[in-house]
Amino acid sequence: MATQHSRSAARLMMAPAVILLLGWMLVPLTMTLYFSFKRYLPLRGGDQGWVGFENYVRFVTSSAFWPSVQATLIIVGGVLLITVIFGVLLALLLDQPMWGQGIVRILVIAPFFVMPTVSALVWKNMFMDPVNGLLAHLLEFVGLTPVEWLSQAPMTSIIMIVSWQWLPFATLILLTAIQSLDSEQLEAAEMDGAPPLARFGFIILPHLARAITIVVLIQTIFLLAIFAEIFVTTQGSFGTRTLTYLIYQRVLESQNVGLGSAGGIYAVILANIIALFLMRIVGKNLDA
Amino acid sequence: MARSVTTRRKAINTVIAWGIGLLIFFPILWTILTSFKTEATAIADPPVFLFFDWTLENYSVVQERSDYMRFLWNSVIIAGGSTLLGIIIAVPAAWSMAFVPSRRTKDILLWMLSTKMLPAVGVLYPIYLIFIELGLLDTRIGLTIVLMLINLPIIVWMLYTYFREIPGEILEAARMDGATLREEILYVLTPMAVPGIASTILLNFILAWNEAFWTLNLTAAKAAPLTAFIASYSSPEGLFYAKLSAASTMAIAPILILGWFSQKQLVRGLTFGAVK
Amino acid sequence: MHLRTALCAASALALVAGTAAAQTTVTIATVNNGDMIRMQGLTDDFTAQNPDIELEWVTLEENVLRQRVTQDIATKGGQFDVLTIGMYETPIWAAQDWLVPLDDLGADYDADDILPAMRAGLSYNDTLYAAPFYGESSMVMYRTDLMEAAGLEMPDAPTWEFIGEAARAMTDKDNEIYGICLRGKAGWGENMAFITTVANSFGARWFDENWTPQLDSPEWNEAVNFYYNLMQDAGPPGASTNGFNENLALFQQGKCGMWIDATVAASFVTNPSDSTVADKVGFALAPDTGKGKRANWLWAWALAVPAGSDATDAAKKFIAWATSKEYLALVAENEGWANVPPGSRTSLYENPEYAQVPFAQMTLDSINAADPNNPTVDPVPYVGIQYVAIPEWAGIGTLAGQEFSAMLAGQQTPDEALEKAQALVTDEMEAAGY
Repeated sequence: MATQHSRSAARLMMAPAVILLLGWMLVPLTMTLYFSFKRYLPLRGGDQGWVGFENYVRFVTSSAFWPSVQATLIIVGGVLLITVIFGVLLALLLDQPMWGQGIVRILVIAPFFVMPTVSALVWKNMFMDPVNGLLAHLLEFVGLTPVEWLSQAPMTSIIMIVSWQWLPFATLILLTAIQSLDSEQLEAAEMDGAPPLARFGFIILPHLARAITIVVLIQTIFLLAIFAEIFVTTQGSFGTRTLTYLIYQRVLESQNVGLGSAGGIYAVILANIIALFLMRIVGKNLDA
Repeated sequence: MARSVTTRRKAINTVIAWGIGLLIFFPILWTILTSFKTEATAIADPPVFLFFDWTLENYSVVQERSDYMRFLWNSVIIAGGSTLLGIIIAVPAAWSMAFVPSRRTKDILLWMLSTKMLPAVGVLYPIYLIFIELGLLDTRIGLTIVLMLINLPIIVWMLYTYFREIPGEILEAARMDGATLREEILYVLTPMAVPGIASTILLNFILAWNEAFWTLNLTAAKAAPLTAFIASYSSPEGLFYAKLSAASTMAIAPILILGWFSQKQLVRGLTFGAVK
Repeated sequence: MHLRTALCAASALALVAGTAAAQTTVTIATVNNGDMIRMQGLTDDFTAQNPDIELEWVTLEENVLRQRVTQDIATKGGQFDVLTIGMYETPIWAAQDWLVPLDDLGADYDADDILPAMRAGLSYNDTLYAAPFYGESSMVMYRTDLMEAAGLEMPDAPTWEFIGEAARAMTDKDNEIYGICLRGKAGWGENMAFITTVANSFGARWFDENWTPQLDSPEWNEAVNFYYNLMQDAGPPGASTNGFNENLALFQQGKCGMWIDATVAASFVTNPSDSTVADKVGFALAPDTGKGKRANWLWAWALAVPAGSDATDAAKKFIAWATSKEYLALVAENEGWANVPPGSRTSLYENPEYAQVPFAQMTLDSINAADPNNPTVDPVPYVGIQYVAIPEWAGIGTLAGQEFSAMLAGQQTPDEALEKAQALVTDEMEAAGY
């Protein structure tokens, strides 16, 4: 009886969140689907009738499509790799005894509080500018030619900027995970003469597996959508046009809502493929 | 003997950690420093670090051009409002997922997260049309709702992971004592989950504060928050590093200060269930 | 008692609402450039004359502004009462009935005083739809001291050949002096504006009379190769990400020998408080190749009222004020003649005081040398010098611009860039139904 009662209460309590999110997902998605089958050009009078799958074919056969998928995956993958590896190392370091740990932690998490637009602007102008940027001055100081970051190493630059923003997040989650590690277990391993690398590989890393999957999952969700960093820095030039940016160009620059909407549907599909893949891993981990 | 070894190790750790910490923090520090330089000093070659004539001129120029307080206030309202609204909706949902789990609970949770993967650019057009229809363009309430919806999955998930760590027996006991569901949530569960709720609030406040796509595209003059404020400084004519730095500092300072003061809270709760 | 309090509160509220209703709010979307910022600072003059109008500003960076304004007008969002738009958008939007005609800005507005080229570019079917706040063409700005040191003399109307020679002679990369700074940052309003004018002067055109893209023509090839080689030999590092602002900063720091860009830049580079080379700048017409077209463009930032604005009359009043002769005089009085928004009115150039500004005559000559209706050597079906006045241009220009930007960054050769651009443009034109 009580179970029955609490079950229906539970359903009732979940309802607002579920209904809101369902609406937030379905309404725009339905409208996007609708537009994607239309020739819809606001600057040429708007709706010009149904066109079937023309927009889908056009979007996917455009020479910009596959490079954009590739760019998306490289950026997401690159940032994940950097933030996870350096996040683990930083978390290990911050877990060690030291003076001023609190202050160091504050310094390390600070980039997470910076708006993406601001961080992109600051990096682009004050650090990566090949003439007036600080990195250019630094390279000149040691006798090297300044690098034209955003044009010659555009992907690296964007990955650097985004990683800088997300490293604190990864570090924090991983740090909390490390701190929860049973120190007796580690000490015992140390007593047994296990070298640091083995201790890391056999005790710490498995312990962190769950935290790492969560970092990967949450960051992927945010990274698939990065926009400001590209808009401010390269505007999609030099092969940094991600799928999100390509859609932006279709909808807002070319004002081709139909074509852009078809792109949006592709993006949803791509996101869901990645999500499915991730959730299988995370789902497994969440059970544990 | 052993003590001196640890001290030495501690010293090494300290040096390395501070070095890395300062390196990571440096871009922010440099921005803040540059905001006190003149435009000419800002691009001086070689760059000057600390020894220059400090000036507040950039701040007064920025303030003169755009009313900072209005943008700040909008940011506070929108980020705060969306977070609180999100919490109110998410607490019951997370509660029922944590304490009355069904076979589908995990699926629902993962589905909720997947709604975050809808590309914002792709749905801007539909959302804009809906906002026109509902008269929500350039209103704080409109933005509050959108940001709440965007962050709701994260809020639900975070709360769910905290609630799950609360032993069910305590709730059983309360129920035995005749507590109603409302009382149970309000007086038993919530106090125990305060650290978790606090860090959820903080994280989502930060995310909402920094959201730059919807806040820029759905506002004009009235509801524009700090993300729109910064959009008018990105590339004006001529030398602008110092002014850009001043505007940037103004845009990130409030959240940076909040983050620093509350970092203990944030850190303690930011586990997403990663820690068992 | 309670009732009375409530009544009082209600009437107070009504009073507040009453005063609010009498005030008309005009929301102005504008770009964050120097002249517009200056105007914001001077609006007390307007609000003193019109106490019933309240102005609200949305100041955005150019790209964001364009995106916001286009989105809003295409969906009839009605967020803005005054839009800052360019010569490209005006006829296209006017054709959609999205803009309010501005043929009635008051008796003392003197619309005939607007420079004919500007007026033509901002009209649709001979009706003015956007009032020019300032107008520009492009010209050569050069360092007189460096030119002298190189032993050369800049003619008033140089050829590209001379520009190439001078740029290479002035370049001294060890001392961070680059002979020429040109736009390379991708965007239809950035590098493509410039490259299109180069192409025009080399006898190239975007489309033939049947709307077939022409980027595979020998003229385009010659123009793009010239631009590419010049930038390789004499351009600054990172040129592929330099737009107007970046080049302005470089020139002001004394790092460029020459800069071919908007005429409005003249007042910035000669302003001693921002520019380290203020007293060493000379001006010349944009170069040509002797084929009959010079590489100068025509552009105006103009103010327009979107159809459906709920404050049309107040918005028109504001536009009439901001683009009036009186406003020019007001700026001159407060900030000096050199800071007056240029290129909009004939009377400004007839003013003897303004004639003393060093770049005034060259600006006027450049504007007069531009003809948006006949932009190219060979006939074309489109209007517009550094743009093509069709809705698809923004998309086309930016896609092609990204290819040329990648070329400048060394990621592809001029031939590859042209080939890709041609393919992209063909795609876009097909998608648009040409």
